[in-house]
Amino acid sequence: MSGMVGGIQAYRGSEVYELSPATREPQWARLTILGLSLLFFAIFLLMPLLAVFVEALRKGWEVYWQAITNPDTGAAIRLTLLAAAIAIPLNVVFGVAAAWCISKFEFRGKQLLITLIDLPFSVSPVVAGLVYVLVFGAHGWLGEWLSEHNIKIIFAVPGIVLATIFVTFPFVARELIPLMQAQGTDAEEAAVSLGASGWQTFWRVTLPSIKWGLLYGVILCNARAMGEFGAVSVVSGHLRGQTTTLPLHVEILYNEYQFAAAFAVASLLALLALVTLGIKLFIEWRSA
Amino acid sequence: MSFQPARRQALVVALAISLSSWAGFAGAAELKLKNVSYDPTRELYADYNAAFSKYWQEKTGDTVTVDQSHGGSGKQARALLDGLDGDVATLALGYDLDSLAEKGDLLPKNWQTLLPDNSTPYTSTIVFLVRKGNPKAIKDWPDLARDGVEVVTPNPKTSGGARWNYLAAWGYALKQPGGNEETAKAFVKKIFDNVRVLDTGARGSTTTFTQREVGDVLITWENEAYLVLNELGKDDYEIVTPSLSILAEPPVAVVKKYADQHGTAELAKAYLEYLYSPVGQDIVGKHYFRPRNPEALKKYQTQFGKVTLFTLQEVFGDWAKAQQTHFSDGGTFDQIKIVQGLKLN
Repeated sequence: MSGMVGGIQAYRGSEVYELSPATREPQWARLTILGLSLLFFAIFLLMPLLAVFVEALRKGWEVYWQAITNPDTGAAIRLTLLAAAIAIPLNVVFGVAAAWCISKFEFRGKQLLITLIDLPFSVSPVVAGLVYVLVFGAHGWLGEWLSEHNIKIIFAVPGIVLATIFVTFPFVARELIPLMQAQGTDAEEAAVSLGASGWQTFWRVTLPSIKWGLLYGVILCNARAMGEFGAVSVVSGHLRGQTTTLPLHVEILYNEYQFAAAFAVASLLALLALVTLGIKLFIEWRSA
Repeated sequence: MSFQPARRQALVVALAISLSSWAGFAGAAELKLKNVSYDPTRELYADYNAAFSKYWQEKTGDTVTVDQSHGGSGKQARALLDGLDGDVATLALGYDLDSLAEKGDLLPKNWQTLLPDNSTPYTSTIVFLVRKGNPKAIKDWPDLARDGVEVVTPNPKTSGGARWNYLAAWGYALKQPGGNEETAKAFVKKIFDNVRVLDTGARGSTTTFTQREVGDVLITWENEAYLVLNELGKDDYEIVTPSLSILAEPPVAVVKKYADQHGTAELAKAYLEYLYSPVGQDIVGKHYFRPRNPEALKKYQTQFGKVTLFTLQEVFGDWAKAQQTHFSDGGTFDQIKIVQGLKLN
């Protein structure tokens, strides 16, 4: 209810703003700005998206269908889903815990923790991949121990999952920290003073108020997990049907002159992006 | 009631049959091999792996699946050193396999003597791919050094093919009347002054030249050039074979350390040896590599242009020396690039 009232007030506010001659732009200026932004949108966002689907269907539905039902494509889809399915729950647990710590408590080294959480955003994904090679590779710090115990991390599925976790690390925490800071600690303090335990406070007070922000973080995390190329490419070894995720599979197909197939698989990723966008819109609508 | 024993008998027979067939199934193992290779062999090994699986199943009853990994040769060697556990390495040049032996102890130092023909079951050379009608009239190496010709080649620091390109141009200049190290360096520098895009691998350069339509001439593997003609259209491109080029010898070897770990050393060896068989050599020729086997070479000779070939050994000694002189830090390639950088400033 309060949201609706706020919305109406905001609407009235903008009307007053637009009616005032001092703040009203001339018609031509408005049209130019609008036209330019629409043109930019069409050329840089809409056209590439369309190009993916046009190229994918260039050789007809049959080639398209063969490309996305190919066993190697299937393996790439399964690996991509697996990496996301492991990375997302870990990021949710970590992200909520970190955001809870940072927004509800005061402690030394808080700034440092925030900076560390942001690290994967500021490090190039290729470097992130190389770091894992340096640690887990045959000549890395743990390389010898791992090979003695016959454990494979780099150039195998665990390496891909690790790289995915690394690059998606900040998404949930980054989404929740500002939200929880804005909410403050009043509700939790009230709950504790009324005798709720820590867990009760978390489950009944904190979690319900952050659930939409959390979902939003999960969506972003998922999109990045499935689309990541750089970090995963470094640790993958590019074994067809074994250590290739969807983006890597697109690259392989493209390098094999199977352009229609490459774009067909790329269109799966594009569709995924569209679904993500749809869910994001839905969440924004529900949480507004 | 009288048919009960017969029924029981039938049941026993059925059980025996199902057991024996199950035992037969368990006896035929499903084996796996990993082949870490360089860029332009994708199509070759896709074909060859199918042929080898068929051969091996007929011989032993076991099924073999070969997993392929492709990339720039230097990059692939690096990945093997870092732990990519390929059973066999089929790379673009001997230096990369040497580095596996020296830096990682992955295979014996004498790997080159373990298979026939210096462990190179097929050879190739370096040719030019130009646009249809050859609008810039490119005939031979000097045309690549002309002003106004745009050249595409991969980066010799990361690509094995690019190193063969570089050494082919260098060798050509050396073998001209009055040719020496200085004239060769000046000649190669002029060609690299004309380079517009340096990709990391041979396949990247090919897509730059064909898909992005950059450049007048692509310096590339002979097999890669013919593949482009077949895959992307004879109407758009032509192959120009220079008068003189290098005999490129891409070697193969069992990566002993990893194959021993997997218990596949025997299978890996058989896999590479089959490359020398008539079937293997025929597949090699079909994919525009030059077969070692004289009969297979004769069959496929006519598809290639006429060219005089020199070997790496006769001009540059060996790979370690060529690598040291030309491609290590501060080598001739770096010197050429530095001079180029100064000119830009």
